[in-house]
Amino acid sequence: MGRKLLTEHINVAGIDTFDVYRQHGGYRSVEKALKMTPDEVVEEVKKSGLRGRGGAGFPTGMKWSFLAKPEGVPRYLVCNADESEPGTFKDRQLMSKLPHLLIEGMITSSYALGANTSYIYIRGELLYVLRILEKAIAEAYAKGYLGKNILGSGYDLDLHVHPGGGAYICGEETALLESLEGKRGNPRNKPPFPAVQGLYARPTVVNNVESICAVVPIVNDGGDEYAKIGVGKSTGTKLISACGHLNKPGIYEIELGVPVEEFIYSDEYCGGIWKGRDLKAVVAGGSSVPILPKDLILKTAAGENRLMTYESLSDGGFVTGTMLGSGGFIAMDETTCIVRNTWNFSRFYHHESCGQCSPCREGTGWMEKVLHRLEYGHGSMHDIDLLVSVAKQIEGNTICPLGEAAAWPVAAAVRHFRHEFEWHVTNPKEATAPGAAYRGAAVLA
Amino acid sequence: MESTTATAKPQFSPAAQAEIKRLLTHYPEDRSKSALLPILHIAQAEFGGWVSPQVQDLVAETLNIKPIEVYEVATFYTMFNLKPVGKHVLEICRTGPCMLRGSDELTEHLERITSAKIGQTSPDGMFSLKEVECLAACGFAPIVQVREKYYEQLDTPEAVDGMLNELRNLVHRPILPWEETGLPTSIANNQSHGRTGQGFATSSFGNSD
Repeated sequence: MGRKLLTEHINVAGIDTFDVYRQHGGYRSVEKALKMTPDEVVEEVKKSGLRGRGGAGFPTGMKWSFLAKPEGVPRYLVCNADESEPGTFKDRQLMSKLPHLLIEGMITSSYALGANTSYIYIRGELLYVLRILEKAIAEAYAKGYLGKNILGSGYDLDLHVHPGGGAYICGEETALLESLEGKRGNPRNKPPFPAVQGLYARPTVVNNVESICAVVPIVNDGGDEYAKIGVGKSTGTKLISACGHLNKPGIYEIELGVPVEEFIYSDEYCGGIWKGRDLKAVVAGGSSVPILPKDLILKTAAGENRLMTYESLSDGGFVTGTMLGSGGFIAMDETTCIVRNTWNFSRFYHHESCGQCSPCREGTGWMEKVLHRLEYGHGSMHDIDLLVSVAKQIEGNTICPLGEAAAWPVAAAVRHFRHEFEWHVTNPKEATAPGAAYRGAAVLA
Repeated sequence: MESTTATAKPQFSPAAQAEIKRLLTHYPEDRSKSALLPILHIAQAEFGGWVSPQVQDLVAETLNIKPIEVYEVATFYTMFNLKPVGKHVLEICRTGPCMLRGSDELTEHLERITSAKIGQTSPDGMFSLKEVECLAACGFAPIVQVREKYYEQLDTPEAVDGMLNELRNLVHRPILPWEETGLPTSIANNQSHGRTGQGFATSSFGNSD
């Protein structure tokens, strides 16, 4: 059983109130940080090796150190709580059950960055979580942990929660900032990066909910202690949202480095595949990362055990590997139709493309259409290559990574499950029967 | 300009006005446009679950911005309904993880018992069906969101009936999205959790019994 740095007290009754949270050690990191210099706090986060938990895995301490600090110009910390990546549902639960953990992390992080106003941008669908957060924020103000002269330190911080309006693209940090300014969520061209010109053209850091929460144990115990957990450059704990055809879907805080096989099959975690079925494929880090068939998710191409780390999951690049991403772990059993699933994801990206860049706006639509006709038995062999070609033309040709996020799942599905696409072309009648899925040569015969 | 309709110009209630005033303190004075999305949420809740062109104009006036600045935003974000809706909008998640756990079947079932298709409202005006993308509750799929409440693990007719009956019997329609509805909205209160038998005491959460 691994350590729980974020969720140890999550099931304590009343932990969403200031007093109970405080009784369980809450807000210590604020008290400790305020006695340090901001740079010392940044240094601890750097030492921790914490990597952005929203999906990109960029080192948080390094991101912080890029923040421009011109004299007399306000700077902002914005928490990205626009959790929308299919398969990912950790932040919603973390915020609704432990609102004070995020608030504590926001105070400690804002102090480190020298921000006096910070925002939590939460997806609009989570209005009930916004209410929970606002209630907790009011408590923190009343107790002197927010507002003017926090705990007599001379440091001031205002913290606000801001709802989105329903748009996956606002999880991209510059689209999020546009949205926070009251505009359409169209990602910005970079440079300038938010660290130089972010919210209201001021220097801004945008961090995921889980990253901000991880700052709390990092400051409490020191970055070195945090870095002792995990494997190599994958330090600390990570929340994994496990869903799909598992016996025990849910959210698990794991020490990075747990073998994938153990995560799927052990009773400590997901308890195996439901209904006694066999595993067919896994999307390990949210819908944007490449899908892997069973043999490649459990072991690398070299035959080593695949671990739940940034490095191990990406071993083999996109030929035989994938990514840890957001930790949205989607398991599919042997009855799953990969073509249908790929079409579903393509429809998602087409729906969510902001429409700014032609390759993404048009390409996601093409992929959805082609996948639809393959799934419904009207496709040709040429369509399969067409999919790969369109995916290639999107990748790298857009302002933001939604293009890649749309292209990768399609390219990977064709790479690893080409036979299923071909089966839809050669056996349209069988393939379009309700609930039909390719189950191997026996079905083909 | 002469009014072409007899409809009175919409006005925010005093409660909504007070909430808008509070929200405006969250942003720098010269950046009040930032309050656009929060105010659109209030407007939609206040004016029957959708934002008509007149309501959007009211929002523009409230923020002292051009109407087009509201239109372009209201049409970009999927939560804002641009046409009249029924008393309850059932937002059915259709994305991959929900599909794996039966959202296609759930949608068919809901279409059958409400006599409405996706994008339509039931003949009695009670339910509008809307398909949405991932709602970040994949581990508890399939799911439907109604206002701020998530109905999860709707994989049996009984679970669906329970949701619909609860909604049919809901008399009070809250004014502001922030207002307490009297319905359990939090995960802790959601009785549908725990059917997969998973507690959080040791390793996970969200499904605590």
